[in-house]
Formats: sequence, C-alpha cells, structure tokens
Amino acid sequence: MAERLVFFLCALIAISTAVGVVASRNPVRSALLLVLNFLTLAVLYFTLTAQFVGIIQVIVYAGAIMVLFLFVIMLLNLGSPEAQLPERELRRPVAWLLAIGLFIVLVSQVFLVVGAQPQPLVEAGTARTIGYAMFTRWSFPLLIVAVLLTVGVIGSILLARRRSA
Amino acid sequence: MTLGELGWALVRVAIVLGFLLGALPLVIWFERRALAWFQNRIGPNRLGPFGLFQPIADAVKLFFKEEIVPANADRLIWALAPALSLFPALVAAATIPWGPNRLLTPVADVEIGILYFLAMSSLAAYGVLLAGWSSNNKYSLLGGLRASAQVISYELGMGLALATAILASGSLRMTEMVAVQAEPLWGTVPFLPNWLIFTPWGLVGAALFFVCMLAETNRAPFDLPEAESELVAGYQTEYSSMKFAAFFMGEYMAVLTISGIMVTCFLGGYLAPINWSPLQSLAETVGGVFVPLATLTAALAPPFWFLLKLGFLVFMFVWVRATLLRLRYDQLMNLGWRVLIPVGLVNLALLAVYLLYGWLAALVGYGLAIGLYALWAVGRSRPVERRRVILYAKAHPYIPRQTRASEGQNAYVAQEVLHG
Amino acid sequence: MTAVPLSAYLTLAAFLFAIGAAGVLIKRNPIVIFMCIELMLNAVNLTFLSFAMHQPSLQAQVAGHVFVLFVIGVAAAEVAVGLGIIVAIFRLRETIDVDSVNLLRE
Repeated sequence: MAERLVFFLCALIAISTAVGVVASRNPVRSALLLVLNFLTLAVLYFTLTAQFVGIIQVIVYAGAIMVLFLFVIMLLNLGSPEAQLPERELRRPVAWLLAIGLFIVLVSQVFLVVGAQPQPLVEAGTARTIGYAMFTRWSFPLLIVAVLLTVGVIGSILLARRRSA
Repeated sequence: MTLGELGWALVRVAIVLGFLLGALPLVIWFERRALAWFQNRIGPNRLGPFGLFQPIADAVKLFFKEEIVPANADRLIWALAPALSLFPALVAAATIPWGPNRLLTPVADVEIGILYFLAMSSLAAYGVLLAGWSSNNKYSLLGGLRASAQVISYELGMGLALATAILASGSLRMTEMVAVQAEPLWGTVPFLPNWLIFTPWGLVGAALFFVCMLAETNRAPFDLPEAESELVAGYQTEYSSMKFAAFFMGEYMAVLTISGIMVTCFLGGYLAPINWSPLQSLAETVGGVFVPLATLTAALAPPFWFLLKLGFLVFMFVWVRATLLRLRYDQLMNLGWRVLIPVGLVNLALLAVYLLYGWLAALVGYGLAIGLYALWAVGRSRPVERRRVILYAKAHPYIPRQTRASEGQNAYVAQEVLHG
Repeated sequence: MTAVPLSAYLTLAAFLFAIGAAGVLIKRNPIVIFMCIELMLNAVNLTFLSFAMHQPSLQAQVAGHVFVLFVIGVAAAEVAVGLGIIVAIFRLRETIDVDSVNLLRE
C-alpha cells in the first residue's frame, strides 16, 4: 500500500512539474520545475531498486546539468521579463494534438506487459554489481561513452572560446 | 517498518538535527572569538560568560529586523532561495555515523552513503544561484554566477578526493569506511588505527578534500560569491532579517556537515587515535570503582573523539580564513582545473596501482610522479629577474628634529652661527 | 498484490515523453527545448528501469541499469556541446530565438 502511495504522489508531482516546464514562460522557473521533476524521478528509481542510478541521477542531472542550464540562462540574461520570446501561437494547438497522439500511441502498447511480475533484486541496483557489469560485459560501450564525453568537452571548449584569443 | 523502528528513526533524526542546531551558535561564537584572537582583538565578550550568548542576541536582532524586498525581484524564487540553501545543509548529515551504536546513529546507514552526501552538497548550489538571480541586483547576480561556476568546478575535485576514500575502503557505506579504518595501522602497528590520512594516497586525498571543502562551503579564501569588499556581500546583498539568517545558518551547518564527512572518510570517524584506554586496562586489572567508570567512558568516547576532530576541522576553517587572502577568480579556476583535478587523477591511479601491485609499486609511482613534476617545474622556471628595490624610507631616513637638537648644545649653537 | 504494476510506470513515462515532445515543438527558446529533450530522455530512463525490475535474471536487470547510466553520460555530453553552441550563437547574433537562426536555409 505504501508503495502505491509513494508512486502516486511522485507521479502527480512528476506530471505537474513536467507540464509546468512546458507551460511556464520564464526559463528559470522551467529549469527549477525540471529539477523537481528529476528529484521525483530519482525517488521513483529508488522504488524500482535502482538506488545507485537514482543517486547518480541526482548528482548528474540535478547537481550538474541543471546548474549549468541555470548558469547559461543567467549568463545570457534570458530570465528577465524583457528577454522572453513570444510563443509560437499558431503551432501551439497542433503541437499539443501531436503530443496527445504520441501519448495514445505509446500507451496503446502498455497492454502488452499487463501480466509482468516484478522481480525486485536489491543487489541489481548496488554500485558493486553495476560497476562490475560495466567494466566487464559493457566495457566497450563504456569506452565509447568516455570518448564521446571527452569529445564533447573539447568541442564545448572550442565553441565557447572567444575568436580573438 | 514496525512502529519501534520508526520511533528509533525519529530519535536518530532528532539527535542529528539537535546537534546541528545546538552547535550552530557555538560555532558562530567560536569563529568570532578565534578570529578576534588571530587579529589581536578581544571579540564578543559582553553577553554571558565569554560572550557565549552573543549569537543568540544576534539571532533575536535579525528576527526583529524589517524585511526588505527589492523592486522587480522574482518574489517566489526570492523567498525560496534561503530555504533551498538551508535544506541540503540540514539533510546532508544523515549518513554520517557518530558512534558505534547503530540504533542512535547514523540516520540512514544506506549502501550509497557517500554518494548521498555528494548529491545533497551539489544541490546546495541552487540556493546561492537563485538568490543571486532573483534579487535583481548586479552584484547579487555576479555572486550567483561565481558560486555556480565554483561549486561545479570543485565538485569534481571533491569527487576525486572521495573516490580515493571509496577505493581504499572498498565501500560506499560510511559505517564500513569507518570499520576499515579501525584495523591496525598498515596492517602491522597494533596500537595505532589505520586512518586513511596515514597513507600517501589518503594524505593527498585529504589535502584535496580540504581545499575543495573550503570552496564548496564558500568560505575564505574561496568566498568570491559573497566577497563583501568587492561585491558588497554578493548574493546576500538584498537579503535581510530571517532570510539573511537562513543563509547564515545554512553556511555554518554546511561547514559542520562537510567537516563530519572529512572526519569520517579520512580521519577515522569516531575512532580514538590510539587503540588503548588506560581506564579500561585499570578496570580489567584492578576492578572495583573503575569498572563503571570504564564502561561510561567507553560509551562516551566515540562521540567525544568525533566531536574533537570536528572541532579541530572547524578551527582549521577559521585558521585558513584568518591567514589566507581571497583568491582572484582566474586563480580559483586555475587551482580547481589545473591543479586539483590532475593531482586527484594521478593520486587515484596510484592508489589503483597499490591495490593491484602492492605498496612498493605505489611508492615507486609516487616517487616517479613527484620527480616528473619536479623536472617539469625546473625546466619551466626562468631565472629570477633581480632588481634592486630601495625602500623610500631607507633612501631617505627620517631623523627627528629633536634628536638633532639634543645631540648637544654646541651643535645647535654652531648651526645658528653658520646660518645666521 | 500491492506492488505498483509495470503498466503504471510505463504510462507515466509515456506521459512525460509526450509532454517533452510538445515542449520541443512549442518553445522558441533553445535552452527550454534542451530541457524538454532532457525530460524525454528521463522518461526513457524510467521505462528502462521499470522494465529492468521485471526481468527474471540478475544479469538482465543490471544491463538495464547500465544502459540508464550510459544515457545519463550521453545526455551530459549533449548538454555540454549544446550549451556551448547556444552561448556561441548568442555571442554572434545577440539573440537565441531558434526561428531566427536560419542562416543555412537561405
């Protein structure tokens, strides 16, 4: 019973914050609502026995990526009222219709998994198991992600560098 | 979860929160007094014994101050920011063990204890960042931007420093990290505990962690986000009354929590520095009145040692603040990215060498690393340009008129005769 | 059985994904568009993890967790490059409206 209560509370917060991210006209508020959304998703990950992934979600998404977003918003001063861009009024209803259609298509596939039984294994979510799997079975994808991150860092430095320098 | 477990959990929460809130005025008083001694002043000494009640008086004063909201501030976020800076400081201490009794401490002995701390400390950036942005003040905004860049940069160094602790103890669980440090030193010396700081990688890691900890809590010499002399207190400029007090409390609680993490990871947590208690051995040999005394001290010793180490680290905070000047922004970034992160990576690699190939290979590795650095530094250094700088005072010594006159009546007379 | 069914997690993830897609279509501010993409990635992560818990073997469960970590890593790289591009565009054009950045179209 407690699990369901936690799920419905988190789902409620996640849905309302996600709607808020899109509906808010102020980028700073969007970013803050998205942080809240990520935190509730982390709680949901904990209920799915994924404690390591959940805490990494908080560290990477809430702690680093969203701080970077806020940093850029403030650096470019996009949060002030005069800097806000007008919405695309015409595209708006079309976009919502498309989104609803996408949602229906996705949910229509949910009945395929109705009979699935949860098999909670606590050790699947520990750092030890995940680390072992990552450095043995998934070591090649790990290397690719590492190269991608390095390239991304170098690329962003090149992009942000002033031309005159 | 049964009702009894819930009750014990509430007791644990109450202990941690009670300690954090109760130690807060003490730490503030201690910082002011110690800083005053460093600067050859007296410090607050009027209210109560040794001025101990001064923080309480300050709190009362802050509570009764008028609250001023700047024009065009984003009201909601402006009110949210102090709470956001207080929240992580309050909850981050949940995984720190204060003693061996698992019923009383820590609040949650989870598998990912130290990552939980990293997550909560990374959330601390939001309070400063949003306070700076929502105040609608350029100084505040500059403070907020500095704070976010600083916290992101030093998070990496802190993560590397903690990674050495994780790798050395083989666990993310903080109680296990303490248990590993309870073993005899280097596996051989029986009386001394195996604190991580007594190993080369632990020493480097602790030094890294200490620097990063100063930066993460926005304390001097890394207090650029508030820099009262250039940014007029930065993100705090527009805050007054209770909201200012919330930032103040958040900062000191973060100092306490992060010191607790350093004590647990590098300084042996609640363990005594020597595995030998004279009272205990007296009780074993003599017995009698020493037995209850020994049990009492055995029960009180772990929190005592923990608090002693915590107090020492808080003193280090004040010491550094009284000694070092604030860094310039580019110096801060250079230190974070070009010094701390490479050192942390090399240290981590050498710890891995130790774990795989033994201590001899690791020591050779440390020797190689230091030697290569020395070679690089020597090759890079230019001969010092020597220039004679004569102080003005040396070139033009000041000779008081009175001594000239008092050299003798004759000289005075002679002067008068010469100049008419 | 009191546990939350898999379909509930999947429905929530589908909803978040759809909201994120709508945001990408509606918004003109590229930073908010990025945020919506992050939202969609997180919805996918949620499906990964909820499927992972319903796998029979430990190895398959761990594979789901590892994939989520890879997604997070790729998202971090994407944000680093994306925000770099946004800052560069802002320096060049003084605006970051995605509808006015169409130099390559003409």
